[in-house]
Amino acid sequence: MFNADDLKKEFLADIESAASEIQLSDVWKKYLSKTGSVQKLMTGIKEVAKEEKKAYGQFVNEVKTWVQEKYDEKKARIEAFELEQKYRREAIDVTVPVKRRPVGNLHPLTAVKHEIINVFAGMGFEVFEGPEIEDDDHNFTRLNVLKDHPSRDMQDTFWLTEDLLLRTHTSPGQIRVMDSKKPPIKVLVPGKVFRSDSDATHSPMFSQMEGLVVDRHITLCDLQGMLDEFVKNLFSDAAKTRLRPSYFPFTEPSVEVDVSCFKCGGAGCPLCKGTGWIEVLGGGVVNKKVLANCGIDPEQYSGLAFGIGIERIAMLKYGINHMGKLFENDVEFLKQFKA
Amino acid sequence: MKVLLSWLKDYVDIDVTPKELEEKLFSAGLEVEEVAYLGENIEKIYVGQVTSIEKYEGTHLYICHIDCGVQGHDHLILTGADNVFQGAKVPACLVGAKLPNGLEIAPRKMKDMMSYGMLCSGEELCLDKEWYPGADVNGIMILDQDAPVGEDIRTYLGLEDYVFDISITANRPDCQSVLGIAREVAAILGKEVKEPDMSYACDGTVNGDISVTVIDQDICPRYLGHYVYDVQYKESPLWMKRRLIAVGHNAISAMVDITNYVLVEIGQPMHAFDLDTLEGSSIVVRRAAQGEELVTLDGKKRVLDTSNLLICDKEKPVGLAGVMGGQNSEITEHTKEVLFESAKFRKDSVRKTARGLGLHSDAAARYEKGIDEYSVECGMARALNLVQTLGVAKVSSSHFDVSAGASTERRIIKVETARVNYVLGIEVPEEEMVRILRALNFGVECEGGVLTLSVPRYREDIETDQDIAEEVIREYGYDKVVPTFLGEALVTNGGLNAAQRKELAVKTFLCTQGYFEIQTIAMTARTEFDQFLIPEEERQAVEILNPITENLSIMRTFMAPAMVRAIENNIKNGHESLRFFELANVYLPESLPLTQAPREVKTLCLGACGADEDFFSMKETLEALAADSDLKFTYKKGNVPYLHPGRTAQVICDGAVIGTFGQLRYDVVDSLAIAKDKKGDTKIFVAELNYDALSAKFKAEIHYEPEAPYARARRDISLVVDKGVECGEIIEKIRHADALVSNVELFDIFESEKLGVGKKSMAFNIELASKEKDVTDEMMEETIGKILELLGEAYGAQMRS
Repeated sequence: MFNADDLKKEFLADIESAASEIQLSDVWKKYLSKTGSVQKLMTGIKEVAKEEKKAYGQFVNEVKTWVQEKYDEKKARIEAFELEQKYRREAIDVTVPVKRRPVGNLHPLTAVKHEIINVFAGMGFEVFEGPEIEDDDHNFTRLNVLKDHPSRDMQDTFWLTEDLLLRTHTSPGQIRVMDSKKPPIKVLVPGKVFRSDSDATHSPMFSQMEGLVVDRHITLCDLQGMLDEFVKNLFSDAAKTRLRPSYFPFTEPSVEVDVSCFKCGGAGCPLCKGTGWIEVLGGGVVNKKVLANCGIDPEQYSGLAFGIGIERIAMLKYGINHMGKLFENDVEFLKQFKA
Repeated sequence: MKVLLSWLKDYVDIDVTPKELEEKLFSAGLEVEEVAYLGENIEKIYVGQVTSIEKYEGTHLYICHIDCGVQGHDHLILTGADNVFQGAKVPACLVGAKLPNGLEIAPRKMKDMMSYGMLCSGEELCLDKEWYPGADVNGIMILDQDAPVGEDIRTYLGLEDYVFDISITANRPDCQSVLGIAREVAAILGKEVKEPDMSYACDGTVNGDISVTVIDQDICPRYLGHYVYDVQYKESPLWMKRRLIAVGHNAISAMVDITNYVLVEIGQPMHAFDLDTLEGSSIVVRRAAQGEELVTLDGKKRVLDTSNLLICDKEKPVGLAGVMGGQNSEITEHTKEVLFESAKFRKDSVRKTARGLGLHSDAAARYEKGIDEYSVECGMARALNLVQTLGVAKVSSSHFDVSAGASTERRIIKVETARVNYVLGIEVPEEEMVRILRALNFGVECEGGVLTLSVPRYREDIETDQDIAEEVIREYGYDKVVPTFLGEALVTNGGLNAAQRKELAVKTFLCTQGYFEIQTIAMTARTEFDQFLIPEEERQAVEILNPITENLSIMRTFMAPAMVRAIENNIKNGHESLRFFELANVYLPESLPLTQAPREVKTLCLGACGADEDFFSMKETLEALAADSDLKFTYKKGNVPYLHPGRTAQVICDGAVIGTFGQLRYDVVDSLAIAKDKKGDTKIFVAELNYDALSAKFKAEIHYEPEAPYARARRDISLVVDKGVECGEIIEKIRHADALVSNVELFDIFESEKLGVGKKSMAFNIELASKEKDVTDEMMEETIGKILELLGEAYGAQMRS
């Protein structure tokens, strides 16, 4: 019958010796192109007797398939090899440094502010921002800091006119919120506040965060429970709070809130001055006069309020030892507050 | 408030240690800031008696044998002082003794002889003659002959005592006294408080000439006067002097010391007028006339106005009520007759006067906190008691009491026990409430859950159930509060709102662009207007009436100075590459003087400096900021006083100018405090955007629109125009030439002689897109034709050949 052994033999030798895509294309030309020897076998069908044409056709197809397979195999091997070579050529020193702009970050006071907001947001607190320039009515009078009240001196005020002033605390936010919204109220009022004392531990401008809850049957116990959650989230799971009596005209009873020292766990260390406790904020049960001043019936509703000094929390949290650092804006300082 | 422990002990039995007392006061809301032990650093020093003394020949020393009683009968001590004599009682520092100056006594060889201790001076014990007569002599302090030999010197000298410095909250003016603290201590310890001896006997003498008139009763609701005579000019007894000195007063004379003693003990400021100096023997309490003058005790002339309350005689002012007496009626060694004053002046009036005149006194400090009429009565009574018992003067029967009519009875309030517990959130048993309130000197009756309380007259702060709740929990203990978590509150939705979230996102985005957030002070100095070359008509700023310094006297109207200051400071600290931003308010008055609150405009300020920074690197950040919010900024040449006139741009969003940016002028850089050699190449870039205006452009919501399925097409055109034509104008022209134009990008810009003098070439890639159909070649040709025609007309632009 038909015989292509020589062709196969020769093809095997050729394909074996092909080592590159160029050589491989020569092999393709020699066997598989229109003028190639396998194609020639195809055209040879013309010389085959009619009754043998079918068998011949099958035979040639088998040869062609065989050659094509062998060719494809080799081609795949060479391509893989060449790709490999390309990768090797293109290898780079991945440790060469790049020229890159630094990435900035938020100011520590902003970072802490949002950390605090996040904790209270989870408890259902919205955020309200009031004006920095307030009037006597919002900053003092309606907060039960009456004209003759000595606590006006607790907060040395920058006055702009007889009536206008730079807010001395974020508490006027309480009034603005209660004027525009009725219970249930859970709101934070962060912002800048201003007092006319300036020394190592005071800046004439600093930041506070007011918190206010007004609803039915809110008690002193709720204040402590809520602040317990707050300090656990902000400082450590083991943190506890302690209330001690204090005085603010807009809360009654008023408390200072200490947190168990998160550095020593309460055993006493320099941070807590050996007491095991650190003062973090003030608060209390909203004075019913303040509720009444905002048209909220104190017989129906009660509230709690607290005020947090953001600088103080930032300093405690990050171990910043000097308040002035927060406003110097030295880039070596600022860049340390990436989270 | 400073109180001496031994003084407190006069009025309450204290059976706890000073440390325990400190803790108990703290828990009850009386924060002890400091406990100072008077005998601090004095140890092993005893009263000794010199049994023999002889000169140590050939030296300046004396050899003394000292008997210290139970501390040993014969101590050999050498001393160089020559005021010691046989039989003298002296402070003997034995071996192991400590002195306030840090000295520790050890056996010591002096000129070949061992000395086993030291005799010391008053100065070495930090004492002066007011504390112990003779403490100031040069040499060894010689003690009284009755000093008990062997007694610890601290006990003998009254140094076995403690000064508590207690911080008193503004609602408790009644605690600004020894008696007030004693009352609190009594309540805390469950003891009875003993009131100071306020008894005195009037001798029947009446001075009919004296009159007391209060004209302005609104600010002087109570005025007591009492006439004493036969005044003896003498020193106070030692115990009184020591108590006054220990709490920070000077000992002056018995009469003056009594007024100070009463101030500390009762909390009532007293004044003693020399009756001789009072014209017509009259006291008239009235507001000052505008411009009226008075020389106060400190020798300063005060010019007054109608807000100041005066104590006057028939003719002239003799004292500034509640603040300071006048020099003209001062007590002197010649004073024979005195009119005592014990009064209530309104706290805001005293505060206003004291602050207005910059005049601070112990009396004013006390009055500013508030005086109750009970103290007015007690103060006078105690002063008269002391005058009498100390033999300082004779107490007449001429007593004056001018009252605006306030009741001298206790107020009665009714409080439901349930309301007290409602505030606290815990169940304090009724009998506990009763016990606590009685301990605090309330009269208490309880029936059917209602407390009927008679309020001590000195507790003017007590009005409501909340006040009672505080009294109860203060004594019951804050540790009894059981934390609950808003058990009955309704659920509310928390967190930042959309605008607040976006603001944080903008800040965070700027951080990713290499910018660090800074925070600067909102107040500033007028001189910044000069430094930043702001024209006169743009200097309207909100002024602070009472600035702490000229540097912080106005509210800022623009952010650049603080930003530049931050960059300046960083350059000084050796940092070169800086990218900062701040988002804060500027304060713009509608009119001056202020009649309404100024506008607070939230402003975003960017600052950059360093080798990698130029105008376009800042523009890139602004472009990125716009892109991040899906906004489009365009730019126009701008004009800002402190920016480089050729490198300043307006930032326009949606047709409105929302800010400016550019390079800081060289002359402004020159004014900065940075090294001279650095100024030349310091380029600082500043942007100021009105954040309120910018944020108004942010999308409220995102709406998805299906992508148009039609083919877009792009074409490049190169144009030759005059050098002065701004690229931004051309881009805007192209963009608005036809609705099909969907994007325009500059990809090449150059100048060349070949283009002609004063010409430049700009090449743009223009994209056309339609929402209705594929963009065809014909459409492209037509649109490009339109664009070229427009640009030709507007700028004489030619296609580059």
